[in-house]
Amino acid sequence: MQIEPNKYVKELTQAKYKYGFTTDVHTDIIEKGLNEDVVRLISSKKGEPDWLLEFRLKAFRYWQTLEMPTWAHLNIPEIDYQAISYYADPTKKKEGPKSLDEVDPELLKTFDKLGIPLEERMALSGMAVDAVMDSVSVKTTFKETLMEKGIIFCSISEAVREHPDLVKKYLGSVVGYRDNFFAALNSAVFSDGSFVYIPKGVRCPMELSTYFRINAANTGQFERTLIVADDDSYVSYLEGCTAPMRDENQLHAAIVEIVVLDRAEVKYSTVQNWYPGDAEGKGGVYNFVTKRGNCKGVDSKLSWTQVETGSAITWKYPSCILSGDNSTAEFYSVAVTNNYQQADTGTKMIHLGKNTRSTIVSKGISAGKSQNSYRGLVRVAEKADNARNYSQCDSLLLGSHCGAHTFPYMDIHNETAVVEHEATTSKISEDQIFYCNQRGISTEDAVGLIVNGYAKEVLNKLPMEFAVEAQKLLSVSLEGSVG
Amino acid sequence: MSMKAEQQYIDLFTQCEAMICRQSADVLNAPRAKAFADFEKLGFPTRKQEKYKYTEVSKYFAPDYGLNLNRLEFPVNPYEVFKCDVPNMSTSLYFVVNDTFDKHVHPSAQLAEGVYFGSLKDMAEQHPDLVRKYYGKLADTSKDALAAFNTMFAQDGVCMYVPKNVVLERPIQLVNILRADVDFMVNRRVLIILEDGAQAKLLVCDHAMDDVNFLSTQVVEVFAGENAVFDLYELEETHNSTVRFNNLYVNQEAGSNVLLNGMTLHNGTTRNTTEVTLAGRGAEISLCGMAIADQNEQVDNHTFIDHKVPDCTSNELFKYVLDDQAVGAFAGKVLVREGAQHTSSQQTNRNLCATREARMYTQPQLEIYADDVKCSHGATVGQLDENALFYMQQRGISLKEARLLLMFAFVNEVIDHIRMDALKDRLHLLVEKRFRGELNKCQGCAICK
Repeated sequence: MQIEPNKYVKELTQAKYKYGFTTDVHTDIIEKGLNEDVVRLISSKKGEPDWLLEFRLKAFRYWQTLEMPTWAHLNIPEIDYQAISYYADPTKKKEGPKSLDEVDPELLKTFDKLGIPLEERMALSGMAVDAVMDSVSVKTTFKETLMEKGIIFCSISEAVREHPDLVKKYLGSVVGYRDNFFAALNSAVFSDGSFVYIPKGVRCPMELSTYFRINAANTGQFERTLIVADDDSYVSYLEGCTAPMRDENQLHAAIVEIVVLDRAEVKYSTVQNWYPGDAEGKGGVYNFVTKRGNCKGVDSKLSWTQVETGSAITWKYPSCILSGDNSTAEFYSVAVTNNYQQADTGTKMIHLGKNTRSTIVSKGISAGKSQNSYRGLVRVAEKADNARNYSQCDSLLLGSHCGAHTFPYMDIHNETAVVEHEATTSKISEDQIFYCNQRGISTEDAVGLIVNGYAKEVLNKLPMEFAVEAQKLLSVSLEGSVG
Repeated sequence: MSMKAEQQYIDLFTQCEAMICRQSADVLNAPRAKAFADFEKLGFPTRKQEKYKYTEVSKYFAPDYGLNLNRLEFPVNPYEVFKCDVPNMSTSLYFVVNDTFDKHVHPSAQLAEGVYFGSLKDMAEQHPDLVRKYYGKLADTSKDALAAFNTMFAQDGVCMYVPKNVVLERPIQLVNILRADVDFMVNRRVLIILEDGAQAKLLVCDHAMDDVNFLSTQVVEVFAGENAVFDLYELEETHNSTVRFNNLYVNQEAGSNVLLNGMTLHNGTTRNTTEVTLAGRGAEISLCGMAIADQNEQVDNHTFIDHKVPDCTSNELFKYVLDDQAVGAFAGKVLVREGAQHTSSQQTNRNLCATREARMYTQPQLEIYADDVKCSHGATVGQLDENALFYMQQRGISLKEARLLLMFAFVNEVIDHIRMDALKDRLHLLVEKRFRGELNKCQGCAICK
C-alpha cells in the first residue's frame, strides 16, 4: 500500500508560520557591525559595572581569535558578523517598565498574539513570565509574589544592578567565554536574558517562563539565562521562542547556564519555534545556542526537555556536567525538521561524580528536504565510579528526500561504568497504517496518531501548559509532510 | 601544522623514487607521483581530524625505521620458524615475509585452473592490463594520507585473482611475517579480485618474528563481482612494539556476499580502516571484529559502509575486551544514500572494560538519506553481569573461572560469525589461552617456545 499525499498532509505541510508578524514598536537599534566600541556601547547603554565590561571585552578579544567551527552536519551559508546589529531595544526607556501601563501597548499586543498571558489572567495559569523581545527583557510578571519566597526572577540586567554578587559569582561559571565560538560571541554582546535564583529549601510555587522574540530586522538576539538553584530547592523553567517571517536569516546565539546545588532540582523545558524559513528554504533563524547545567551539589538533578520545531538551522546541545555525587541528569528531545530546515542537536553528559546517572531520549523527525542529526557525548571520567547512562535515539523519516543521522560519542574512562546506546531509524510502517485503516482510522489520522505517539515519551515530560502547545506545534510543523 | 614527521618521508621518496620504481612493476609505479603530491598536501592525519580522532598517526611515523627499498631477500624459512596451522583445516598455505611473497614454499595442493595467488609485482608484470584495471581504484590517495603513503612506497605484496564462476573449495591461508634485525617499516599492498560468481575464503595471520619495532602499512583492495562470495579473516598476533595501519577497501557488485572478520588478539598499536561500498543491488556485507587488549595495547577500528543502491544488507558486530591500560576505539559509520531504499543495516558494538585505566571510545554513526530503510545501531560499555557471576559462584565455580567463562561467551559471538568450523575451534582455543594469559601466540611459533 502506498501512502498518497493527501489533503491533510498538504494542509499541514503548507501550514503557515502563524507567528510571522512583525510589531511596529519604536526600537532603539545600534549601527550594524561588531568591534570593541560596540561592546562598550552595549555595556554603557545598560549601565553595567566595570567587571562586566571587562568580561565582555575579554570574550570579544578571544572571539576574534576564533574561527567559525565546521564540524556540525550542517550546511551553513557564510555569516557576515559585521552585517548584524547587536543591540535592539524596543522599550526605548532607560528604566524598565514599572507596571503594565508603562509598557508599549503595541508590545502587549504582540505578546497577546503570541498567546503569552502577560496580564492578570496569568494568575489563572499560575505562571511567572519574563518576556524578552529582541534583546531586552520587557516585562517580568509576578515578581512580587516570588519575592515573598525570596525567589529572584528578573532580567539579567536588573540582576546585575540589584544582585551583583550572585551574578558575578555564577556568570560564566558553567559556560565560560572561552567555551566555543558562539559562547564567546554571546559573552561579548549579550544584551539581556533572565536571571533566576531559588534560595535554600524553597520550592518555586509556579512555573517560571521566558518568551523570546526577535522582532527588528537584521538584528541578532544574544540573550543569556542564568539559573541558580540553591540547596534543597526546586524550580521548573519554561522557555518559548518565536520570530517574524523575514527573507533574511536572523542570528540567535544564546547561552543558558544552570547551577544546581546540593539536593536541588531544576527542570528546564524549551519549545523552540523560531521562524524556520519558507518552503523554499529562504529566510529563517540560525539558532546557535550553548546550554549547559552543572549538577554541582550532591543528589542534585537537572532535566532538559526540548521540542525543537523552528529555526532554519539549529545547533544546540543542552548538556549536563554531573560533578556532584549521586547527581542525575535527563535529556528529552523531540526535533522536527521540514522543508529545508537543518538541525544538529543532542546533548553531552559529563560524568565526574560518583554514582551519577544520566538518561538521554532523543526523537528526531525529518520531513521534506530537511536534515536532522543527533549528536551526543557521554563521557565517564576516571573517578566517576558506578556511572550509569542510557541513551536512546530514534529517527523517523517522512519522505524520501530527507536525512536522519546519529553521531553518538562514548568516552569511557572508568571500568564500573555502564553505558548503553541504542538508535533506530525507520519510517512509519505500512503495517501500522494498515492496522489503523482496518479499524476505521483514515490514513491521515493514523499518521497523526503514530507521530504523536512516537513523540509522546518526550512530550509527557513537558509541563502541562506547554505540552498542549508543543503537541499543536508538532502537528503544524510536521504531520502533514507524510507522503 | 608541523611537517616534521612527514618531511623525512618526503625526502626519502624524492631521493629514492628511482630505486623504488626499479624494484617494482610499471603498473604499481604509475600512481606514485599523484600519491606523493597528495601526501605532501595532506600530511599525516592529526587527532583534530574526525577520522583519526583516537590515534595519533605522526607519532608512530616519527622514529627512524629501516626500509628495504632495494628489496634484498631476508633469509628465513617460514616452515621452520612457524607452524601455526589450524588443525583439522586443510588450507593452501602461503607466506609473505615483510612485503615479499615467499616463492620457495609451494602448497601441496594446486589451486583451481585460472586462479592466481602470489606476488602482486609478478602479476602486474605478467598481466598489466588486469592489474591496471583494479589497482588503486578504491584506495583514493587524495582522501587518506595513509593510502597515499602506502601507494608511494609499496613495491609488492599479494594478488589474488579468481576468475568467473570459479569456486575455491579449499581456504587459502596467508601468513604475514614481520622479520628484521633493526627497527623496520613494511609497506605491503594486497589486491583481491573475484570475478562474477567466484567464491573464495582467505585467512590472513599477522606475526612479528623479531623483537624490534615494526611499523607496517597495508592497503587491501577487494573487488567482489556479481554474486561473488568472499570471506576474509584477519588474525593479528604480533607483539607490543608493532604498529599496524591497515586500510581495507571493498567494492561489492550486485548479489555479492562478503564477510570480513578482523581479530586482534595481541598487538602494539593497531589502526584498521575498513571502507565498504555496496554498489550493486542485493549485496550483503557482514563486518565483524574483535579485540582483546591488555598492557598498553591500542586497537582502533574505523569502519564505513556506503549503501549506494537499494536492497543491500549490512551487519556489523564489534566486541572489545580491555584490560590493564589498554585503549580501544570503534567508530562505525553507515551511510544510506538517497534512493537506497529497502536498506537493512545493523551495527552493534559491545565492550568490556576490566580495569579503571582501560579506556574505550565508541562512536556508532548513522547517516541516512532514504526513508524506507531499517537501520539500527547499539553500543554498550560495561562489566560482566554481577548476577551471572554470583550464580556461578553459588554453584561452585570460582570467581576467576566464572569471569573467564563470561568473557569467552562475550567474544564468542564474533567468532561464531566465522564460516569455517575448524577455524572457529582454533579461535576458541586461542581466545581461551589469551584470557588465561598462558600464551600470547599460537603454540607452534618459534619465538613462543
